Amino acid sequence: MTRFLLRRFMWFAITLFTVVTISFFLMRSVRGGPFDTDRALNEAVRINIEARYHLDWPLWKQYAHYVGPFNLDRHGPEFLGGDGSDLFGGVLTGDFGPSFRYRDYTVNDIIAQSLPISALLGTVAMMWALALGITTGMLSALRRGSGLDISLRLAATGGIALPNFVIAGFLVILFVFLVPLFPVAGWGSLRHMLLPGFALGAPFAAYISRLTRTGMLETLSQDHIRTAWAKGLTPRLVIMRHALKGGILPVVSYLGPATAGILTGSLVIEKIFYIPGTGSHFVNSALNRDYTLSMGVTILFTVLVYSLNLVVDLAYTLLDPRIKLEDE
Amino acid sequence: MRANNERWDLAGRDMEALLAEAAALQGESLWQDARRRLRRNRTAWWSLLFLLAFGLLSLCAPLLPIPSPVALDLQTEPMPPIAPWTEFGNHNYTREYWELSAIDSAAVDLRAAIFDDWQTGSWMGRDSKGRDILSRIVWGSRTSIIVALIATLCSLAIGVTYGAFSGLSGGRIDNLMMRIVDVLYSVPFIFVVIFLITIVNEYRTELEDNWGIGRETVFYLVIGAIYWLTMARVVRGQVLSLKNSEFIEAARVLGASTRRILFVHLVPNVLSIVIVYLTLTIPAVMLFEAFLSFLGLGIEPPKVSWGLLAVDGTEAINPLRIFWWLVVFPAAAMGSVLLALNILGDGLRDALDPKLRGKD
Repeated sequence: MTRFLLRRFMWFAITLFTVVTISFFLMRSVRGGPFDTDRALNEAVRINIEARYHLDWPLWKQYAHYVGPFNLDRHGPEFLGGDGSDLFGGVLTGDFGPSFRYRDYTVNDIIAQSLPISALLGTVAMMWALALGITTGMLSALRRGSGLDISLRLAATGGIALPNFVIAGFLVILFVFLVPLFPVAGWGSLRHMLLPGFALGAPFAAYISRLTRTGMLETLSQDHIRTAWAKGLTPRLVIMRHALKGGILPVVSYLGPATAGILTGSLVIEKIFYIPGTGSHFVNSALNRDYTLSMGVTILFTVLVYSLNLVVDLAYTLLDPRIKLEDE
Repeated sequence: MRANNERWDLAGRDMEALLAEAAALQGESLWQDARRRLRRNRTAWWSLLFLLAFGLLSLCAPLLPIPSPVALDLQTEPMPPIAPWTEFGNHNYTREYWELSAIDSAAVDLRAAIFDDWQTGSWMGRDSKGRDILSRIVWGSRTSIIVALIATLCSLAIGVTYGAFSGLSGGRIDNLMMRIVDVLYSVPFIFVVIFLITIVNEYRTELEDNWGIGRETVFYLVIGAIYWLTMARVVRGQVLSLKNSEFIEAARVLGASTRRILFVHLVPNVLSIVIVYLTLTIPAVMLFEAFLSFLGLGIEPPKVSWGLLAVDGTEAINPLRIFWWLVVFPAAAMGSVLLALNILGDGLRDALDPKLRGKD
């Protein structure tokens, strides 16, 4: 177990290092920076800006400064106009530096403001997807071959086949304009969350439904289920306690990729519903060449997805005693 | 002793009969069996026919008497669909396209020669710039299908090479290579990809002038580069289990050459699973194209793709008037093709599954 965790952690460190290094050097070697405007900048202004963001340093020094955990800034706090509490510490200390575009904001400020929103939206979407997917998948498996099964499966395949912004478009037309139940856009109350949450979760609900159906069908035909029936257990007990446990195992292993997918989907959904989450900041930062911000978000999400995958793997071994953690 | 001999004779006669019987038997190849079972799966078979028909339609797009996909008519706001029985066609065709390839351009000339300036009416309406939706859907399908095919082939090339190499090498190399795949699985690639595409955009003129690499080529490569992971895993698993399987050993004992083993036994067995993953990767790639187009990083106007159409439709949604045809028709086209691809992929997986072979 400890060896397993250590090994995973080592690979994680290598991955992160590669992502950070490659994107850093790509970003700094690219022509055209975030400060390029249509008009040529005043020479003095340009020098000042470059000094402020250390673009005048040699590349290796910028890199060392960015990764941390030490601050190479000789100017010290007075240059930044602060009291030293906002000294940049480098990525290793969890500090992503100043945003290139939003002056006076650090990447950490922006993430701190937007991440709770995205996390909430993602959680709503995930809950939705799990509740809807597992219920319909179970129903489908239990009524195999019936009209209900066929229509649920068709709906699920449709949910996988349509891009989520099209689903969102249909939802907006239906539940905002034709039947005014929800607000168009914005963020704040529960009513704001339901529509984007559903649109974001829909493809994953569809996928989870299919996984649950297959898993349940396989489990239902196994010997221990026959034993459970033979013992005279009620259908409820057999299905909820015995069949479901084996049936949702594929769903558990899908949670890792699903989380990554929901993070991705949130880029689009946040843009459609004008939600000020991390995803929309990321898209803007990529278009604005706000390199520190887009790198910060990329690193953050890599860490997030990786840790969630690890949790999922651990949960899997708890649920299925046949699986052992690979310990090569 | 005598009794023994008799038994041998008997066995000899039996053996001859058995051999004659075996020679008369026609073996059923994997593909014949798969085709038979795919045909029996009616939805999958119809999906295949639908996809073939659609492919033909989009291949013939320049020959069809449909309006130009880019001809603007700025006088109008989105014009609702006109049913074919109200206005079947008109004579307003103008020859306006983006830069077409020589073949397409010749096809458009041919179309002009056959139909002159006749074109179909706006059966699916027009968008806010007065462009015909039907024509845009048909032309958009070409872009989307090409992106999907090339990107998928790209992922195929990387995935199969990587997986086969890993599986054939075995041991430490295999272990390391698969660990790398595991790690890459947990990187949210979309973020890296968006990052890369924005950076590539800075150099697009150089790339185009010096290397002839357009933004779309980069697009294919980048998409191919993320979708190869599953392919590599699957191929490696297949190669690993085939490498030591009895029938390969049997073939070797029978004196089959390495080439024969490779092409007659290994390739078809790996191919079946590869085809299944191809049909499932294509819809994923099409969705990804739509996703990137939505963010403004995909195909660029004046070219048109389904992703762009869906984006146009979504952006036209407003509380005052609902231009449903801008959302419904592109979504229906995209949804039906992706649905068919998914169904076909599932059907193929069932049909090619050796565990289900010979059963129904």
